[in-house]
Amino acid sequence: MSSETGKILTTDGIPLEESLKQAERKNKIKAFLLVTPLLLFLIITYIVPIADMFSRSIDDKMVTNMLPKTYKAMEKWDGKELPPEEVFEAFYLDYKILVKNKTAGKLQTQLNYEKNGFKSVLKKLARKQKKFEEGNYKEQIMKVHKRWRNVEYWRAIKRRAPAYTYSKYLKGVDMYSNEDGKIVQVAEDRRIHRILWSRTLEVAFFVTLFCFLMAYPIAHLLATLPMKYSNLLMICVLLPFWTSLLVRTASWMILLQQQGIVNDFFVWIGLVTDDNRPEMMYNKTGTYVAMTQILLPFMVLPLYSVMKTISPSLMRAGKSLGATPAVAFFKVYFPLTIPGIGAGCLLVFILAIGYYITPALVGGASGTLISNQIAYHMKSTLDWSFASAMGLMLLTGVLVIYWIYNKLVGVDNIKLG
Amino acid sequence: MALPKYTEPHYRIWHYFYLFVCGCVFFFLIAPLFVIFPLSFNAEEFLVFTDGMKRLDPDAFSTRWYKDMVYGTKNPWGLAAKNSFIIAIFATIGSIILGTLAALGLSSRHMPYKGLIMATLISPMIVPLIISGVAIFFFMAKVGLAATHLGIILAHIILGTPFVVITVTATLSGFDHSITRAASSLGSNPFNTFMKITLPLILPGVISGGLFAFVTSFDEVVVVLFLAGLDNTTIPIQMWTGLREQLSPTILAVATCLIVLSVLILVTAELLRRRSERLRGINR
Repeated sequence: MSSETGKILTTDGIPLEESLKQAERKNKIKAFLLVTPLLLFLIITYIVPIADMFSRSIDDKMVTNMLPKTYKAMEKWDGKELPPEEVFEAFYLDYKILVKNKTAGKLQTQLNYEKNGFKSVLKKLARKQKKFEEGNYKEQIMKVHKRWRNVEYWRAIKRRAPAYTYSKYLKGVDMYSNEDGKIVQVAEDRRIHRILWSRTLEVAFFVTLFCFLMAYPIAHLLATLPMKYSNLLMICVLLPFWTSLLVRTASWMILLQQQGIVNDFFVWIGLVTDDNRPEMMYNKTGTYVAMTQILLPFMVLPLYSVMKTISPSLMRAGKSLGATPAVAFFKVYFPLTIPGIGAGCLLVFILAIGYYITPALVGGASGTLISNQIAYHMKSTLDWSFASAMGLMLLTGVLVIYWIYNKLVGVDNIKLG
Repeated sequence: MALPKYTEPHYRIWHYFYLFVCGCVFFFLIAPLFVIFPLSFNAEEFLVFTDGMKRLDPDAFSTRWYKDMVYGTKNPWGLAAKNSFIIAIFATIGSIILGTLAALGLSSRHMPYKGLIMATLISPMIVPLIISGVAIFFFMAKVGLAATHLGIILAHIILGTPFVVITVTATLSGFDHSITRAASSLGSNPFNTFMKITLPLILPGVISGGLFAFVTSFDEVVVVLFLAGLDNTTIPIQMWTGLREQLSPTILAVATCLIVLSVLILVTAELLRRRSERLRGINR
């Protein structure tokens, strides 16, 4: 008998296998269509804009667009000696337009990043160029300021020719490419970003550690107590969890201030004298204390949900086989809680590394983190491309941890409350 | 957790030490919230307990900061509260609709690329808020929605949907799909089946996801800081400004109201969780 006739047919005469496949495909499409609205919405309003941050972070068209003629003329210039007359003329023409449109200030700032002292030279040129006569611009420009005779300044302009740059990423780790195009570190006293990165990692690490040390015992207590007590105590974990972040930060600001209750207590027990109250806010201490309390529920809940599944008879079995309680705990109970520990630690670490509100309010100057620096560049210096670059560097770190989290725990195993 | 009688003394000590540590941690978690209550009734303008308050002198307490919050001149809280509620309510509705649909799709066993899609849908919860804020701000500025209510609502839908997706997927994990098949075989169309069978069963999950989305929106400050104009100020923005500039007792009055609100939400969420567990227990 041939295999053709051996196939089972449905009543329509289609082979069953094919009919099932069709139904399967239909179900697949149906499921996918349900997800599509949210997926599309997120891709358009969220994923693409994040990807767009990358093009913004490497974008350096501003100077390129301001000096189009200059860069055209500079193409042939090798950068060894002073550029030829055409470059001077093109620069004069470009700059004239910028002064007329009142956008010369932007160029001055940008070129000053490249070469210190460029701003004053350009400002002087802006004043003098009105009286320029036609022809022989090289002589006229060089007469305005002697620095125009210095080839370094022209090289600085040329360095900004490419429309794309990775300099913002270098700046994010306190490096820059110098006049010769070599990547070097900035002067030691100006390495602020590296301090911020290491401080962010340090704070995230210690907050995670403190959260773990505090959450483990109480999660254990909650999981082993009878329901009626544990439900009551669970409120102590869930109420802060549901309370506004700003409210919790505000309460820490009240507690930790110099005339605050914590200091009162220290004075009362005689730890410090009344006129020598320590500063506990606007520094790293404030950041540590407040962040630990705020993130603690995120550690307790995953630990609790894992500990709840561990049968108490396992510990009893260990003890009945001769283990001391300590040995039984470390050999039996602790290994079983590792999935919860992993989930909680990764969650708290991810949340801590990108924390913004609390450090900004209680951190002061020595307790701010990388997020605060990003916000500072977004709101104050308006260096959005630098903010984007730092944001993406932070995001890369977070995504690596997220990926590990996904591998170890699985995002669909996140539990809330 | 009473100890058995035969417990040796040093384990007994260890046990009490353990309970003491737990007590301290619970105190650390919950106590900061209770500082706000009494201080918001302070008659003075200081944020410390005055001598009068320590003596429980009735004159040292007053409700002037609550009056200031409601009737104060040029006070921003009325507008902020209105904006916060409008934004949070619409953001919650949007998150619930998009999130529930997606969760229904994701819990189907036919869903292709489940892991990847789930990871994408959850990502707004994982990505640091500051980065979300920057990215969403760039997008909203580009399409002209910066400093509008709609822009902020859309941003909060982005941040709120992961919670709905997670809670509804969790509820659906115990869902018996043969019930919906039974409904279809009895002649119900898919929409009717959803409204009459599926939705009532997953409703606790949907509502608790919605509560998360509501709280997220109501408490969100980072993204709004980038997006909000003067007309879109919200309660968190006002608190943020107040905390940065000058910590006044009026803020504590607002904070007390917010704590009361979170107690209400907590109670609702707890009741729903228990109901949902009970329902799923029957299904199994």
